[in-house]
Amino acid sequence: MSEPILELRGINKSFGPVHVLHDIDLTVNPGEVTALVGDNGAGKSTLVKCIAGIHPTDSGEVLFEGQPVHIKGPRDAAALGIEVVYQDLALADNLDIVQNMFLGRERTKAGLLDETDMEQAARKTLASLSVRTVKSVRTQVSSLSGGQRQTVAIAKAVLWNSKVVLLDEPTAALGVAQTRQVLDLVRRLAEQGLGVVLISHNMNDVFEVADRIACLYLGRMAAVVGSKDVTHGQVVELITAGRSGDLGIARPEAATI
Amino acid sequence: MSSEEASMTNTTETPAQDTPQGAISDFGIDTTSQSTGEAVRDYWARVRGGELGSLPALLGLVVLLIVFSSLSDTFFTLGNLANLLQQGASITIIAMGLVFVLLLGEIDLSAGTASGVTASVMALHLIHNGNLLGGMGDTVFYVFCGLLVLAIVLAVLMKIWAGAALSAVALVIAAIGIPANAWLEMLLAVCVGAAIGCVTGFLVAKVGIPSFVVTLALFLVWGGVVLQLIGQGGTLGLRDDTIFNVANGNLDFLGSWALFVIAIGGYAAVVLTRHFSRLRKGLVAQPTTLVLAKIGALAVLAAVITYALSLNRAQSNLVVIQGVPYVVPLVLVLLVIGTFVLDRTSYGRHIYAVGGNKEAARRAGINVERIRMSVFVIASSAAAIGAIVYSSKVGSVDPNAGGGNTLLLSVGAAVIGGTSLFGGKGRLRDAVIGGAVLAIIQNGMGLLRQPAAVVFIVTGLVLLLAASVDALSRRRAANAAR
Repeated sequence: MSEPILELRGINKSFGPVHVLHDIDLTVNPGEVTALVGDNGAGKSTLVKCIAGIHPTDSGEVLFEGQPVHIKGPRDAAALGIEVVYQDLALADNLDIVQNMFLGRERTKAGLLDETDMEQAARKTLASLSVRTVKSVRTQVSSLSGGQRQTVAIAKAVLWNSKVVLLDEPTAALGVAQTRQVLDLVRRLAEQGLGVVLISHNMNDVFEVADRIACLYLGRMAAVVGSKDVTHGQVVELITAGRSGDLGIARPEAATI
Repeated sequence: MSSEEASMTNTTETPAQDTPQGAISDFGIDTTSQSTGEAVRDYWARVRGGELGSLPALLGLVVLLIVFSSLSDTFFTLGNLANLLQQGASITIIAMGLVFVLLLGEIDLSAGTASGVTASVMALHLIHNGNLLGGMGDTVFYVFCGLLVLAIVLAVLMKIWAGAALSAVALVIAAIGIPANAWLEMLLAVCVGAAIGCVTGFLVAKVGIPSFVVTLALFLVWGGVVLQLIGQGGTLGLRDDTIFNVANGNLDFLGSWALFVIAIGGYAAVVLTRHFSRLRKGLVAQPTTLVLAKIGALAVLAAVITYALSLNRAQSNLVVIQGVPYVVPLVLVLLVIGTFVLDRTSYGRHIYAVGGNKEAARRAGINVERIRMSVFVIASSAAAIGAIVYSSKVGSVDPNAGGGNTLLLSVGAAVIGGTSLFGGKGRLRDAVIGGAVLAIIQNGMGLLRQPAAVVFIVTGLVLLLAASVDALSRRRAANAAR
């Protein structure tokens, strides 16, 4: 595999007395989907927020394309090419797809919005992701289905030549067909050479799209395994107990400090 | 589908993923030019989906015109129609400013009395020949200047440079005491309006008090300030031809037709340039015939109105009153500038975004607080322009200026025109259409010699009807999404 695009080494994070992340190591490779799984409170969302620059880390190193970087805020992350698609979609209902995709970063010509340019770029991005379920890029977001909205949110992240996309439970509120749509899209992101991190609770989704599975257990990285090397049951054990056979945290005593 | 996109799609697709569920509608539909039939069907589908826009108000306008023309002989006379435009102008202008506030889902209840303050300052400056210190008295003048300084500081703090600059101009005019000049007075009024908006906006956006409470309090405060500036029972007469002409003067014959040519020509140029640029780039566009028909219909309507207004409409033979009233180009210019800002600039786009989903706007890197403050500056400045017009119409400023139902009618105009009270939905032309509806009701009921009681009740019911349409269409739109 090629050089990891994003690498975390020994990340620690505490909220006051609560030590949320213990020495987390994680690599994200381009062209791969890395699933981040773990029980509620295992630290998945905190880890994503640390990568996105929303929470500062206490210690540890972040390497982006092999170079050490300091991400101090969401803007730093965006500048590097790290985009986050949040669980509650950050879309404005009263705007159309193009307007939402360019929100806050409108293209202008002589101080005026360059609508035709933005429309073409938005359509190109959606077409490159083979998004075909929206009839027109000028459709208002309020009239889209949940899956289509998630699609737009993801496409918005891709539009900015991003290199790493973090998806926080993108299928949590979706029906079967819509989940299908979004998972296809996640796969396509990886095929385009992006590093994708997918947080999910749904084992079926994880096994379907992920190349590697990173299991968090009580703020520790229990194991990072290839999705073809493990079974459903093993991952569930990793999530609930932190270990499974010879995988995971060696002895249960080690997990309690 | 363009060849570029086709190749793009082909390179990135793997065959296994080529079968998404349901009806596949590609962007192929999106790229072709629509036929007239499709465009009409598309529009109808959107109306059924709850996106009514200003359609109900336009229908109401037509109904009202028919009803009042049939009931009253004088309603459809040239003199009355010109009068109607002049009566409705001030409400319309204040309403246009309020649209910006309503787009964020906020409300500015103080716009009416704030406009009264600007009118009083303007009148004081005129009457006392630029000596505001003498006109207001020491204490009031220093407090006034202090507030202007405060407005500058707040605007600079929030980086609203236009607000800061206008407030500074007001301070300079007030402090230097330049002799009376009608244009200077009108500028002063607008600048004082901007300063008021800075204070209101800061309290709402930065301090975080709900706009309803802030502006309700300021509604009372500014009402008191007007009373203080003018004095109990007093009236400040505006004896100045320039100010008088704002609401009462007319363009001459040539000017009227020049306005027609500029307005329609400009509209056609903008619409056609955009239309053909979209067609050229292969983006979805309305059929050319429909676009031309729209422009043609508007041109004919405008030509008829211009022709009618350029006839002599004086009641007696001694004077000649003809030409398009000045308020028409005034409202048009404000409408064009405002629409331009809302539709074609990032700032306008951000206003809609904040009104639609504040959190999404914040995550997109938009400075939400700054947007929220700025709309109040716009609303108060527009209210000041409205104040100039209504003061000009009556030729004086009394302690009740901007009080009474000025504000309610303005909010009503915006809402009747189709601006949503829930934020995120509305256009500037809504205010103009709504303003016309209200002006016709007030004028028509007056001609039918209906008592004030009936006029109030009818106006209120129309507003209630408009708000219901807004709420129901919103619900419909929400249901349609599912």
